[in-house]
Amino acid sequence: MNGGMDDLYREVILDHHRSPRGAEALPDPHLAADGKNPSCGDEVTLQLVFDGERIDRVAVLSQGCAIATASGSILAELATGRTLAEVTRLAEVFRRHMRGEVAELPDEPDPGDLEVLSGVRKFPARVKCALLPWMTALEAAAAREQGRTASVSTTEV
Amino acid sequence: MSTEPRFLPGQPGADTCAGQQGDCVRCGGIFADRFPLLKRPVNDHDLVYLDSAATTQKPEAVIAAEARYYRRHNANVHRGMHALAAEATELYEACRRRVAMLLGVSRPEQVVITSGTTASLNLAAFGLRHLLRPGDEILLTEMEHHANLVPWIALARQEGLLLRHLPVTGGGELDLDALPGMLTDRTRIVSLAHVSNVLGTLNPVAEIAAAARRAGAVVVVDAAQSVGHLPVDFAALGVDLLAFSAHKAYGPMGLGFLVGTPEILDRLEPVQFGGEMIDTVGLDEATWAEVPHRFEAGTPNVAAAAAFPPALDMLDEAGLERVRTHEMQVTGCALEALRRLDGLTVFGPADPARRGGLVAFHDAGVHAHDLAQLLDARGVSVRAGHHCAQPLHRRLGVTATARASFGIHNSHDDVDALLDALGHARRMFA
Repeated sequence: MNGGMDDLYREVILDHHRSPRGAEALPDPHLAADGKNPSCGDEVTLQLVFDGERIDRVAVLSQGCAIATASGSILAELATGRTLAEVTRLAEVFRRHMRGEVAELPDEPDPGDLEVLSGVRKFPARVKCALLPWMTALEAAAAREQGRTASVSTTEV
Repeated sequence: MSTEPRFLPGQPGADTCAGQQGDCVRCGGIFADRFPLLKRPVNDHDLVYLDSAATTQKPEAVIAAEARYYRRHNANVHRGMHALAAEATELYEACRRRVAMLLGVSRPEQVVITSGTTASLNLAAFGLRHLLRPGDEILLTEMEHHANLVPWIALARQEGLLLRHLPVTGGGELDLDALPGMLTDRTRIVSLAHVSNVLGTLNPVAEIAAAARRAGAVVVVDAAQSVGHLPVDFAALGVDLLAFSAHKAYGPMGLGFLVGTPEILDRLEPVQFGGEMIDTVGLDEATWAEVPHRFEAGTPNVAAAAAFPPALDMLDEAGLERVRTHEMQVTGCALEALRRLDGLTVFGPADPARRGGLVAFHDAGVHAHDLAQLLDARGVSVRAGHHCAQPLHRRLGVTATARASFGIHNSHDDVDALLDALGHARRMFA
């Protein structure tokens, strides 16, 4: 009756949007990445501080809709304490899930609140919002592979 | 859901919009019953279409004329010797004459038929290229749509030109005090929107054009948001070139116009080459056809041209002055109500008389894309994003706005539906 809005804006998503995790900028990140969706103007900055191979602190600074902000908040929650390789794996799985190539998110690595974003798949125009922070994380990982500490990317999915 | 009809069919000549500014009369839409698409539901709600600035819906007469063209007259235009070709050519040229009449242009040859405003502005920019030298200046404004910005950026890059931009004041109007300082002896072209597609601002084009022409500049106006919504008189604007699209004036998509003075059209160079635009062609050389045909290479959108006059006839029947008053009234009601909402910033001039029929706003608590999605779930179609005006949004300090824009069919009830849906979205995000 409400056009599927309960699927799109689930309470967990609204909660992440109201108080996003990792919304504080980090003063000296080891790795930083900017991503944007040119068609809608959403932007995200991802900052990571490592302790060895593990991600110690994460900032996801979102300028975008509730879906993009919530997805970034979930990323911040999930990335903390993991390696960048684990985050990359999660990002790849999430991308394939959102594009309908994988029906369910696997239990391992633990997808946490990511499942609540599954409802976004019913709204193809919004899938890119949910993916923006994760695509930016993939770009960050690629930059680190190449020995860089920063990346700027444009996402069109 | 109310069982009463949403739209009160407008009566030609009826005084639906007699209210003063701030006095919200319950005005019904004009000719709403002529738009078949408005009868469909969206997400189980009655459709409330508030995106006419992106494209207007089409009255039945336009849809029927396009179908009739393909059913009865379809042929390629010009030079065909058979009956269908003659009919198609006549429909195509009748559209040119009808547009000339709409804008008060004495010679139909002053009307170049294009595929839309973007094509028209590209023709203006690159057709004037041969008059420009490195270091020459082009004056635009901070409120331009990308269609009146990017062609000039491309041209400036290729020719080594300097782009300048007339600033926008805090009140959302062009800063005319800055104009004399920005018109220099190198200013060759001034190009600006008649009505801003974000701020809604109705710019004083005649005043700016007069100053620009005194400075020796060619003046181009992007009238995409004004034609079809208010009376536009080409000569009164005092510009050299005017661009607009049929699809934002109740006509079909894929059709636009570049209207010019005979003098400037004589100096304009074609930017597309091929069939239809030549006089004689040898293997190594060619001469151009007369104006306006030299600007119309290839097969044009004849079906669209055949279908546009009925849209203009509808506007004439309603009366463009009345259409303008009606849209101003509905916009005024929306403006007033939106301004009362906490946390909502409404952009553009406060006075509806100084703006066209659209309102863009920013909600501190709900992103524009979320707003548009939640409104759509209740059948209310608004647009969200940068509306192809990224520099202006940067100037306004936001990345995205939501925009409600009105057409002749919109009524006060539609404003109510917008406010209801908006209230619902804001409560959900609170």
